[in-house]
Amino acid sequence: MQAHWEHFEHLADIGVRGYGDTPAEAFAQAALALTAIVTELEAVRPVEQVAVRCEDEDLEYLFVAWLNALVFEMATRRMLFSRFDVQIEAGVLRATLCGETVDRERHRPVVEVKGATLTELAVHSLPEGGWLAQCIVDV
Amino acid sequence: MDVQRFERMTDFAWRLPAQGAMRVPGVIYASESLLRDMDDKVGEQLANVAALPGIVSAAYAMPDAHWGYGFPIGGVAAFDAAEGGVISAGGVGFDISCGVRTLHTGLMEADVLAVQEELAEQLFWSIPAGVGSTGAIRLNSTEMHDMLAGGARWAVGRGWGCEEDLQRIEEQGCMAGADPDAVSDHAKRRQRDEMGTLGSGNHYLEVQKVTEVYDAETAAAFGLRPGQIKVSIHCGSRGLGHQIGTEFLTRMAKTAGQYGISLPDRELACAPIDSPVGQRYIGAMRAGINCALANRQIITHLTRQAFARLFPDVDMPLLYDVSHNTCKLETHEIDGAQRAVYVHRKGATRALGPGHPDLPPAFTAIGQPVLIGGTMGTASYILVGTRESEQRAFSSACHGAGRAMSRHQATRQWRGRALRDELAQRGILVRSPSDRGIAEEAPGAYKDVGGVVESADRAGLARRVARLEPLICIKG
Repeated sequence: MQAHWEHFEHLADIGVRGYGDTPAEAFAQAALALTAIVTELEAVRPVEQVAVRCEDEDLEYLFVAWLNALVFEMATRRMLFSRFDVQIEAGVLRATLCGETVDRERHRPVVEVKGATLTELAVHSLPEGGWLAQCIVDV
Repeated sequence: MDVQRFERMTDFAWRLPAQGAMRVPGVIYASESLLRDMDDKVGEQLANVAALPGIVSAAYAMPDAHWGYGFPIGGVAAFDAAEGGVISAGGVGFDISCGVRTLHTGLMEADVLAVQEELAEQLFWSIPAGVGSTGAIRLNSTEMHDMLAGGARWAVGRGWGCEEDLQRIEEQGCMAGADPDAVSDHAKRRQRDEMGTLGSGNHYLEVQKVTEVYDAETAAAFGLRPGQIKVSIHCGSRGLGHQIGTEFLTRMAKTAGQYGISLPDRELACAPIDSPVGQRYIGAMRAGINCALANRQIITHLTRQAFARLFPDVDMPLLYDVSHNTCKLETHEIDGAQRAVYVHRKGATRALGPGHPDLPPAFTAIGQPVLIGGTMGTASYILVGTRESEQRAFSSACHGAGRAMSRHQATRQWRGRALRDELAQRGILVRSPSDRGIAEEAPGAYKDVGGVVESADRAGLARRVARLEPLICIKG
């Protein structure tokens, strides 16, 4: 499957959805979808790296923890990220986020993401192959 | 929404009878046309809320209700701890104590029109807004603790405001029972640089003119006359509140089963009020309320400084400050008896009627000002709480226009720059770090706030007092 991401509609907030050959790839794509809520992905230069670790035995809760870890790093480091290298093993997610400090003139950030919700939360394999990971995020 | 599913109680109240897992009925306060236009999810979510343990009377939705997560936005529900009642992180939401405060200015429309551009610039540069903005205040761990325990009272103690302000804020500016130690280090870290920042999305600061008065006596008591200039600030507890919501939502969703709670929707994540996780959330959530009160107080101080640069003699007392996303322990008359219940208001405003003991002295005889936010291009309203509101929905009213269109739809329909130009032609100056943000928050993406407020008035939730229209809007 060609890894990709998309947004889906929610009345007040917005849904993020990632597709990939593995859960880790789908998680990384969903992270791109989350960044794309805030800014144009192409505008974010992957010049700095940040390591993230989270864990949960349940793959869906791990997905929420992953997006929330990303939200936390964006908020506290004042950074945006445009490249994600994600690995998942035995309920532990390790990732490298690549991005740069927010430049308000260049990135023109639209809205901040408050957190990932459990609404429309789903992580599962697809009949045609590959994985999907999605949920609504509160903006 | 299919109106046939509801029993018409009045022209502005609709009952969804208890069925299935529902322990109590659902009630929506709205005109028939607002009800018809509401998404089906509101009814579904209301029914889910009505199924939670210990719920009292009914699950309510306000006229601005729309699809949220777990609870509908515009949802109100009360729970009794003695009957196994729950507290729900999803019932408060991520933006704990997001709310509105309105300031008087003593200025008239002509005063502001003479310097409208300069004032817009002053405010835009004075109030940190949008993604990546930081405040000038950095809190060390002792100050963070004191802020979370003290709210606006702490801010006034630091010189950002005056004692009189505290008399015009819910809880006199300080939510009792806050437990700063129940707030995680992650949440505190998220707030470290965010004190005195407006945030983004639907948060704003507006300079408004009073354009119409519906109730002259109450308007006079509130200090509202046509042509006067007011300032309204809409924001919340920033990163700290978001992180508290994030952490407890997951924790409650995972632990609900241990307490024998069957969640119809994971997002209704909750815990018994008397459980360890329930008590810890209450302490953290109250600290989040104090963070929001402190934040709005600091922004008020920055606003006063910005005005003073153009109007050196300006006096800007607070009319009132009221929150939208909270859970509070309140005493209400229920079936003829006084009962203490935990009232969740998610996207709903407390609306205490005259004589209520929790009102500041200035409003005891009149009722509480109920501040209803507009949408950058449409009016805001000031209402007053009524006595009958206690029986309607635990003294609650709507909180704004309520969203009617998704962000994607809005950006397909409007362009930020064109919208800003169009509003400028109508005499409304919008300043925002993001044009796409303006498009996502286009006034047309919201319900007709006039219709929402009229429904609240006709349903007896709160009575209309005055209408205000924007002259300057700083969007986050």
